[in-house]
Formats: sequence, C-alpha cells, structure tokens
Amino acid sequence: MSSITYLEAIREAQAHALRDDPRVFIYGQDVGAFGGAFKATKNLAKEFPGRVLDSPISEDAMVGLAVGAAIEGMRPIIEMQFADFSTVGFNQIVNQASTLFWRTKVSCPITVRLPFGGTSGSGPFHSQCLEAIYAHYPGLVVLTPATVEDAYSMLLSAVAINDPVIFCEHKLLYYHLKAEKLPSEALPIGKARIAREGRDLTVVTYSAMVHEALVAATELATEGWEIEIVDLRSVKPLDTDTIVASVARTGRLLCVGEAWPWGGVTAEVIARVTSEGYGLLDAPPQRLNAKDTPVPYHPNLWAAHRPTAHSIAAAARNLLRQ
Amino acid sequence: MLQSATHPHAKSPIGAAPDLPLAAYRFMLRARLLDDKFAALYRAGKIHGGVFLGRGQEALSAAIGVSIQETDVFAPLIRDAAGRLAFGETIVDAVRTYLGSALGPMRGRDGNVHRGRPQAGYLPMISHLGAMVSVVNGVLFARRMKGSSGMVGVACLGEGATSTGSFHEALNQAAVEKLPLVLVVANNQYAYSTPNDRQFACADLSAKAAGYGIEAHPVVGNDLSACLEVVGRAVGRARAGHGPQLIVASLLRLCGHGEHDDAGYIVPELKNSPLGRDCLKLAEKFLLAKHFTNTAQIAAWRGEAIREIEDAVAQVQREPTPDPFTEDWSALATEHLVEGYE
Ligand SMILES: Cc1ncc(C[n+]2csc(CCOP(=O)(O)OP(=O)(O)O)c2C)c(N)n1
Repeated sequence: MSSITYLEAIREAQAHALRDDPRVFIYGQDVGAFGGAFKATKNLAKEFPGRVLDSPISEDAMVGLAVGAAIEGMRPIIEMQFADFSTVGFNQIVNQASTLFWRTKVSCPITVRLPFGGTSGSGPFHSQCLEAIYAHYPGLVVLTPATVEDAYSMLLSAVAINDPVIFCEHKLLYYHLKAEKLPSEALPIGKARIAREGRDLTVVTYSAMVHEALVAATELATEGWEIEIVDLRSVKPLDTDTIVASVARTGRLLCVGEAWPWGGVTAEVIARVTSEGYGLLDAPPQRLNAKDTPVPYHPNLWAAHRPTAHSIAAAARNLLRQ
Repeated sequence: MLQSATHPHAKSPIGAAPDLPLAAYRFMLRARLLDDKFAALYRAGKIHGGVFLGRGQEALSAAIGVSIQETDVFAPLIRDAAGRLAFGETIVDAVRTYLGSALGPMRGRDGNVHRGRPQAGYLPMISHLGAMVSVVNGVLFARRMKGSSGMVGVACLGEGATSTGSFHEALNQAAVEKLPLVLVVANNQYAYSTPNDRQFACADLSAKAAGYGIEAHPVVGNDLSACLEVVGRAVGRARAGHGPQLIVASLLRLCGHGEHDDAGYIVPELKNSPLGRDCLKLAEKFLLAKHFTNTAQIAAWRGEAIREIEDAVAQVQREPTPDPFTEDWSALATEHLVEGYE
C-alpha cells in the first residue's frame, strides 16, 4: 500500500480486530455488504461472514444489543451512521453502558464509532461534535484521533479496552488525510502528543482542529512566533501532565475545539491548567470554539462558525501581544 | 393543498373525474423535473452537501399533497418534492434552500430537504428519522386544545424509519390521544442499502397498525389512482374523527439514496417487477387512456415546468448568500439571554 487514508486506517483497524479476536463483531446501519455510509467497513462482511451485520435504524437497540453482547464476553463495534444520530442511542450509552461496570463489576467493552464533525454543506444534523457530552459521563472513554496513525492504533486500543469507548472519527479527515503506512507502535491511550514544538505559545487541541492549528502555526512562524501544538488524542482521560508541561515551556495557552463553547473540552483544559499551573501562565488562558448556534448549512456560514487556521492565528496573535 | 375547484371532495370515484388525477399528475411532473434539475446542479458541483430525490415516489407524495388542505399539517420527508409542491411550497423556496439563498425559508442555515414553514403547518424535518411524527401530534393536540377541529396532520416516513423508537412512541401516542394523524410509510424496499429483510420481519408493515389499535391502508405506491383513492380515504377517516391512520405504500426508489449513491444494491428482480415501474409514466398512460389529457397538453405542462424551474434557478443564483458578518449568531429567541462568547 503506497499510502493509506484516515478512513482506510479505520477499516484496517477493524479488519485487524476481527482477524485477531473472535469476540469482535461490527453492527450498524448499512455496514454489511454495502460497507457503510462512508465505506469504513468495505469488504469486511465478505471477509468475516456473520460478523459484520446490518442493523435496523434503531440506535437505542443497537447500543443495547452491544451491551448485552458485552455481558456475554463479546467486543462489539457499533457504527453510528453519523455521530448526530447517536443521540437516539444516548440513553443506552450514558445510562446502560457507562454504569454497568460500576454497578456490577462486569465490564462493558464496547466501541461506539462516531463519524463526527463538520464538513461543508452538511448542516445542523450531520456535523455535530459530541465528545464533550459523552466525556461528561463517568464510565466512558472518549477518543479523538487526529492522524491516520492514531485512527488505526487508537481504534485497536478502543476495542481492547475493557470499558465503553466513544471513538470520534472526524469526517473531514476521512479521505484527505494520508500516511505512508500503518504504525507498528503507538503512544498509550491517555497520552497526548506534541504535534509541533514551540516556545512562545501552546495550542491545545484535538481531532481536525490539530490540522487547522498546524497551518496557523506555520503562518505565525513567518512572523517569528514559535507555536507548540498539543494534540490531546484522548479527551477522556485527559493528559493534564503533557498540557501543563507545555504551558510551563511557553507561558501562554490557547485551547481550540470545534465543539460548542459552553463547557466542554476547552473549558476543562483551562480549568485544569489554571488550577494546577496557574503560576506558569504569563497571560490569561484563552479558548476558541465554534459559535453557540447549531452548525449552519451554507459554506459561508459554516466557515465562520468553526475555528479555522485564520481565526486560530488571530486568537494566537492577540494572546502573544498580552 | 389545491384550489377549491380541484379539491378532493369529489363525489365521483377517483378515475371517473379528471380534476384530481390531473392536478396530482402535474405536481408529479413538476417534482420530477425539479429533482432532475437538482441532480444536474449536484453533478455540476453547484450544490453543497447531498441531494435527495423522490424519483419513483411522486404518485404517493402528490396524492398526499392534493388530499390535504392549507389548514392541515404536513411533515414531509426526503422524497416528497411532489407533496411539498402540492401543499403549496413554491419551486423558488425549494431552490433557495438547496442553493442556500439568504432569502429562502431556511436562510442558508439549513439546506436541501430540511425546509419548511412551521407557521403554515409545513414542518421542517430534522434528519433524525421518526422524530417528526410526535411533532405533528403536538400541533394537532394543541389545535384541538384551542378548539379547532376537522384538521388532519400527515407525517411521511420510509420503511426504515419504522424501526425507530420514535415511530413506535409517536404512533402509540397518537392512538392514545385519538389524534387525526395520517402516517404514510413509503416502503421503497431499501433503507439506504438495507433491504427489508434486515429491517423488519413482518410480512406486511400495515399489520403493525393493529398493534396500536389504529386503521391500516395498504396501497400500491406507483399507481396514482390507487394512491389518490387510498390516501383520500385515510385522510377522510382521520378528519372524520376515526383516529390515526397508517398508510403503507409499496414502491421502489428509482434513484440512489442520495445523488452520491449509484444504488448498485437494488436487485434486478425488483427493478423488473411491477414495483419497479415508473409512477410518472404509469400516470401518464392512465390519463391518456382515460382521455383526461393529451400528449400535446403534457408536453406543454412539461415545457412550462422546465421554464419555471430554470427561471427559479437563475433568480436564486443572483440572490444574496448568507453573510457571516451580518448573520445573527444566536440560537435563542430571548435576546437578553444570549451569551457572547467572542
Ligand atoms: C435516527 C437516524 N438514524 C440514522 C439516520 C441515517 N439515515 C438517513 S436516511 C437513512 C435510510 C432511511 O431509509 P427509509 O426510512 O426507508 O427512507 P428512504 O430513504 O428509503 O426513503 C438512514 C439510515 C437518520 N437519518 N436518522
């Protein structure tokens, strides 16, 4: 394989999991012969007969079935057609799956794949970022890979973890993000990654926004600023140590997330840094999120609704001047 | 909805009087041509996001639209261009929504099939399947509380959406409240790629009605006169106070799930079966055989519709797109409760 996309990495990880572990099966709308709405399960139904199954349009029952199967020792992967529709299965995720181990000592190793995040023209119901809502619930692990390598290795980890994992895969990265090959090793789950080193300001972000931040950092480099970028990889657990260590180097913190502004991952990062690393800050920490409205359909509005390299660079400049 | 001259209070059986089938046919034709235009705009890269057509489902959809009135409630879904037009939506509104015009009913905030005018009883679908049915219930419920009577509410779904909890909850709710809900299920044999045998296990979806204690109306969905008759009857029953009505139409989607999809999963046996016959052609044949119209008239209607569609597209392409700088970035009606995050 000369190069592999983020989406192909997700497919490969599932193929690998199915091959290695007979307890794994995939269940979701159109995941069988069709290979899924995005083709993340392409050919898997053929390669693994009886283990990649089309579900009815029943998100609640899809997750409930996964929990039941997990009780029987299986390791189901549930594909939501879009993250937005996982709200229909929300009850089973946040009340059933997330509480099982705590209540009974029986673990619940399910993986719920959420194709999430905005793409141009997708509108309010095919664009949502729900990582913060799931991260709010005790008993869930919430992963947000930003690279092809992480999409692969973190999905393998997700299946191996003995807890319910919400796997947030960004649709904007599916086809365009490419790597030369799949990784043979990876950082452990719960460790953040320094995506770019710098000494003037730390940008903490995750998923597709890592790439916007990288572009912003390149732009700022031409102005003489060295931006450090922390890619969280996992939003729950959150790697506070790596974040605080970075802020210790730079003294300035900008948190960027594509999700809505109230609460959420960026607020959590700032809360932790201000309480654990207050003395390290040379300026008030800042955050940049989507606007506080549903995600708009028209590309003009969409481009202004979410943070972009341009708005990240502007926010960074403001912070660097303080 | 239709002007009173053609409104379905026809005393004569459908098929005997030309007005209703002709009106429905013209909406079918306009919807087909409008859909064709959206498909062409999509291929030309002029539409952002998906395009979802109702090809093969126009007879059913138009029959719904001409069987209800302006004062009724309508919650169409993705394959209801014909019903939307018949309920009074303009071609310009449809085009504005697909092209994201700032002047459209959704102002570029929402797009494609996600459009409506709730003040006019025309509910704008959200994507989550099944979610609109209880909202129709709510409108009917409130109107009843306010003392209105004689109205109906129609919600449209595909067979795939019958697997949602929302479908079950809303149908049961409507039955308990004895609301004048007409739930139309277009069983087009596939939910995206998923065939019926992976969606439900009953032989006939209309059998579900008995479980809710409501009336069922199976119909062949590509037969316009059958659709007019059955939808008209169901609407009449709901209007007359007989509670919720479940219509299940059998047909075949003659296009992809969206225009991105080549629908390679649709098996030839279905395409070649009676279900696979194009309702528009069947309707044409029927109207000609009955001498309700002639080919010259049909050609003229076609030409008129094409002109209207081309004019609408040309007009909308000159209209302003939403401007992020003047956009009101708040989602609350209560202005003083809006927080600024800048
Ligand atoms: C709750 C929910 N889950 C998943 C989807 C994604 N989705 C959109 S359309 C569709 C298939 C719908 O099939 P059906 O209800 O039969 O209608 P059709 O497209 O055949 O007209 C699916 C799964 C959705 N919109 N809502």
